[in-house]
Order: sequence, then C-alpha cells, then structure tokens
Amino acid sequence: MLSLTPAEMDALRLSLDVALRSVAISLPPAVLVAYLLARSRFPGVLALDALVHLPLVLPPVAVGYLLLVSLDSRSATGQWLLAHFGVALPFTTWGATLATAVMTFPLMVRAIRLALESVDRGLEAAARTLGAGPLDRFVSITLPLTLPGILAGLLTAFAAGLGQFGAVITFASNVPGVTRTLPLALYTAIQEPGGEAMAMRLAVLSIALGVLGLVLAELLARRVHRLLGR
Amino acid sequence: MLRLSVVKRWTGFKLRAELEAPTPGVVALFGRSGCGKTTLINILSGLLQPDEGRVELDGVVLTDTRQRVRVPAERRRIGYVFQDARLFPHLGVLGNLRYGMRRAPREGRSIGLEEVLALLGLEPLLGRRPYQLSGGERQRVALGRALLSQPRLLLLDEPLAALDAARREEVLPYLEALRDQLSIPMVFVSHQLDEVLRLATHVALMESGEILASGTLSDLSVRPEFRAIVGPEAVGAVLDGVVTQVDTANGMADVRIGRGTLHISAPNTRAGARLRIQLLARDLILATEPPRGLSVRNAVEGVITELSNDIGQAVLVKVDIGAGASVLARVTRNATAALGLRAGMTLWVLVKAVSARGHTYSAGEPRV
Repeated sequence: MLSLTPAEMDALRLSLDVALRSVAISLPPAVLVAYLLARSRFPGVLALDALVHLPLVLPPVAVGYLLLVSLDSRSATGQWLLAHFGVALPFTTWGATLATAVMTFPLMVRAIRLALESVDRGLEAAARTLGAGPLDRFVSITLPLTLPGILAGLLTAFAAGLGQFGAVITFASNVPGVTRTLPLALYTAIQEPGGEAMAMRLAVLSIALGVLGLVLAELLARRVHRLLGR
Repeated sequence: MLRLSVVKRWTGFKLRAELEAPTPGVVALFGRSGCGKTTLINILSGLLQPDEGRVELDGVVLTDTRQRVRVPAERRRIGYVFQDARLFPHLGVLGNLRYGMRRAPREGRSIGLEEVLALLGLEPLLGRRPYQLSGGERQRVALGRALLSQPRLLLLDEPLAALDAARREEVLPYLEALRDQLSIPMVFVSHQLDEVLRLATHVALMESGEILASGTLSDLSVRPEFRAIVGPEAVGAVLDGVVTQVDTANGMADVRIGRGTLHISAPNTRAGARLRIQLLARDLILATEPPRGLSVRNAVEGVITELSNDIGQAVLVKVDIGAGASVLARVTRNATAALGLRAGMTLWVLVKAVSARGHTYSAGEPRV
C-alpha cells in the first residue's frame, strides 16, 4: 500500500489532478447557474434546470459520446478550438477534466442552490438599507452565507470526480499518464491477466482516498458552521 | 418634513396612506397588527414600491410614481431596525456595526463609532458574535448599525415586539436617549401604547391600511379612533406638561397642564422639564362645585365639550381644561343624570396624585 508502483502513482496523481481541475473550472459557472435557478424567474429556468441535471440521468458513456461528437477534431467546435487556441480536448488530460466537470456539475449546482435558497432574504434587505448595492450585497452577504453549501458542493464534486469512468474513457480515452485515472487504471488491471493484485491495491487506494475526503469534509463543515454561529 | 401619500394594493388588502410629520421628531405609526404599518415603512425605506404615490423627506423626493422617481433603498440613506434585528451571522458585532459605516458617504458624517458605542452601551459586546447576544442586545447592535450608516431617517419596525418586559427595558431607555441626544428623525411602528407614550412626539393612527388621524399624542388620545385601538382600560388623555416646581423630598412635582397645575408623583425630574402624563379616564373624578375637604390634591377647572357612550353603562366625558388640552373622564350613566352633565357646563376635574404616577414620561426637549 505504501509503496506504489510508478503506474499506480501516475493514476493517483492524475485522478487528483483531474478532479481538482474539474472543480476549479466548474465552480464559477456552478455559482452562476445555482443563482439563476434559485433566484431568477425567467422562462428558460426550467430548461436550464433540465440541461444541468442531464448528466445525472444519462448513461455516462452517452455523455462522453456527446462530448466527443461535439468537440473532436472533425466537429466545427473542435476545429475552432484547435485553430484559435491550439487545443485538442480528446485524448488529453483537459479532455478528461472536461468530461469529469460535466458529470459532476449537477452535484455542485445542487449543493450551492440549496444553500442559496436557505439564505435569509431579510439579511439582504438589511444590507440594502445599509447602503449595499446588488453586487456588493451578493459578495458581502449572500456569498459568505452560501459558503457552507459551496464547500459541500466542491467536496462532493471533487470526490465524485475522482471516480468518473464512463464519460472519461469515452471522451478522453485510456492513455497511461495522460487520461488513465484511478478507475481507468483499475479497469485496465482487471482486464489484464494476473492484474488482480494491482486491481485490489487500486481499490484499497480508492477507498482510502474516499474516507480521507469524507473526514476532511466533515471537519471543514464544522469549522464553517462554527464561524457562522450555528 | 416627512410627506407621503401612497397607495399599495394586494389581493385582499389595500394601503392608502397620507401623512405629514415634522422632522426631526419621532413619529409613531400606531395601530393593531396587520393594519399596514410595516408595509408603510417598507415603502418609506424603498424596500417596497408603492403602486402610486409620492414620498418626500426634507425636500428630497424619494418616490414619485408619476415622475418615475424611485430612489433605490441602498441610496436613500434611511436606516431600518427590523423586528428581528437581522444581524449578519457571518460577522461579529463590530463587523455588523461597521457594515453600514463603511458604505456611508464620507462627507457629512454626524455620528461616529465611539459615540454610538457610548450611547448604546455596546462596548462590552464588541468581541461577540450575533448568536452570543440576548434579544435586547441584538436590537441595540442593530440600532447602532443603522445609526452608523449615517441615516437621514431611522425606521424602527416594532423593535421591542420580540422582547419580554425585562428585555424591553434594556432597549427603551436607549431609544429615549437617541431621541433626546441625536437629531435623526425616526418613524417607528408599534401596537404598544407604553412605547408610544415614552417615545413619540407625533402619532399616526392606522387601521385597515389607512391613516385615520395624525398629530400630537395629546390631541389624538382623546379621539374615538384612539380609544378603539388602545382598548377600554387604557382610555384616557395623554398630556404634555412642563414641570414648574419640584418637591424632591417627597418625589412630587407641580406640572402645568392646560390652565391648571397638577401636583403629582414624579421622582427624578427637574423644574423646566417636559413631562408626559397619562390620565386614565377611569381614574378621574368630576365635581360640579369647587371641591373641599378631600384628600385629592388636584382640581382643574374645565368645560365639558362632549359626552359619548362608553362601554357598558358608562359615559365618557370630554373636558376642555384650557390651552388646547382636553381630558377624558369615565362616569356612570346614573352619575351623568344626577349631576346633570351636559356640553358647555363648567366643572372641576379631580386627579389623585398617585394615579398619574407611573405614567409620567419625559417627552424629550423640543428641538429646533
């Protein structure tokens, strides 16, 4: 357990890397979408809600496939990305990151939206009478009060991101050291003759990672709640 | 001057209010729960927009639906103390106090942190967080927070309603101090007569979304609309008088009211102070001749202006005691007949010194 092979280290590092990057890129849009869903009354809210939650109900492979057809080098978007930014997403770590982000986005949005909905609007009204404009109120009152939800959303999405399989393997493929994260390495080990020992080690590693994440999440949640005096 | 004339409709409710009140001063919106008091101050604050109407404070138009003027709440500089304090839970007491202060315009700051801390006794609370405060302390912090935003007007929505009697006493004296030491106009909502007695310089009576009457407490207290709101037990005139002489040894004072002078229990007062006295209708005695040989020390001459039916077999007699002041006395129908009481009759109103005690409040110095 303590001495990991280079391949295992790669998978672990990649998993953490992909999960971390995916929560980092999804946080700002998640806050925005959660805010729209929680607060705004525009007619498209229902459609947006459905769209955001789609990855939860679709088979992950289907999500990966849809990403592939819309973003690979033969698609218009893919060519545009390649021409303007020199970026090709499939078969890259950023590709795995994007697939992970899309899959975990609804989890993050849900947690933030719930927290936003529980913010006492009366406090925002109070801030208004004290001279705070809309953006000021959002930054100084709404956001800090949503912090527990944002942290919960980040941690859930991060933990779920460590284990993304179907969408990642379909969109970004299973390239060692580039897109082969823990679950992909585990899958590969199972497929290989004599790979049972490695598969077991990787499974144990996944469990350890998961437990560690849960403990950290709980500790953090307690701290935040104490800070908010609840 | 605060001028407003607004209409706001909801299904099943309509607010139609007009009010003019002098500033600075403390206006009490007085009425039963659900009569639209909170709606009205929400419109004043800008948190709620009226369907039609106009709100003007000291010559500045804040709302005018016809001219499409709608100054947003955050730019009105109107402080608001909510019934439930609404302290920000993620900030400490100091953070809450500073919130409005930071956002106030730099020029024309009239009240500083030190002053507010001293005025409201907040120093010992500075290191605490909102959840560590009692209800009364929370309201004091909320009050301080609103004051530090340098408001041109301070709104208070039943700031004491959520507090028990002891906690109310933790906050009321501070509100009195505010009224007497700062020149910030205030509008407060209340359905408690004692708060109105202690704080208000101007009263607006509200019922079912309308302002029935507004004016000084002494004018309003003898009107029928007022009686309906306070209930039969609390019916009585409220008079603002001036202390002419003090008998410190016995805790008594002479207070000039109308044409006469009342000798009443009033500890802790001084000559020249303004005292507010509530004379309950049930405590007053009427005499058709100058009284002699009674333990009652106060007899004020007056003229009956009105007789009206009161609860049960009682009659309310309104007596003009001069200088624009009137009192109400509750007498039985039998007594009315036996004495031959009728409008225009001259008589004497007897007040027991002790019956006025406990209802004597400082009404604050008149400010220019």
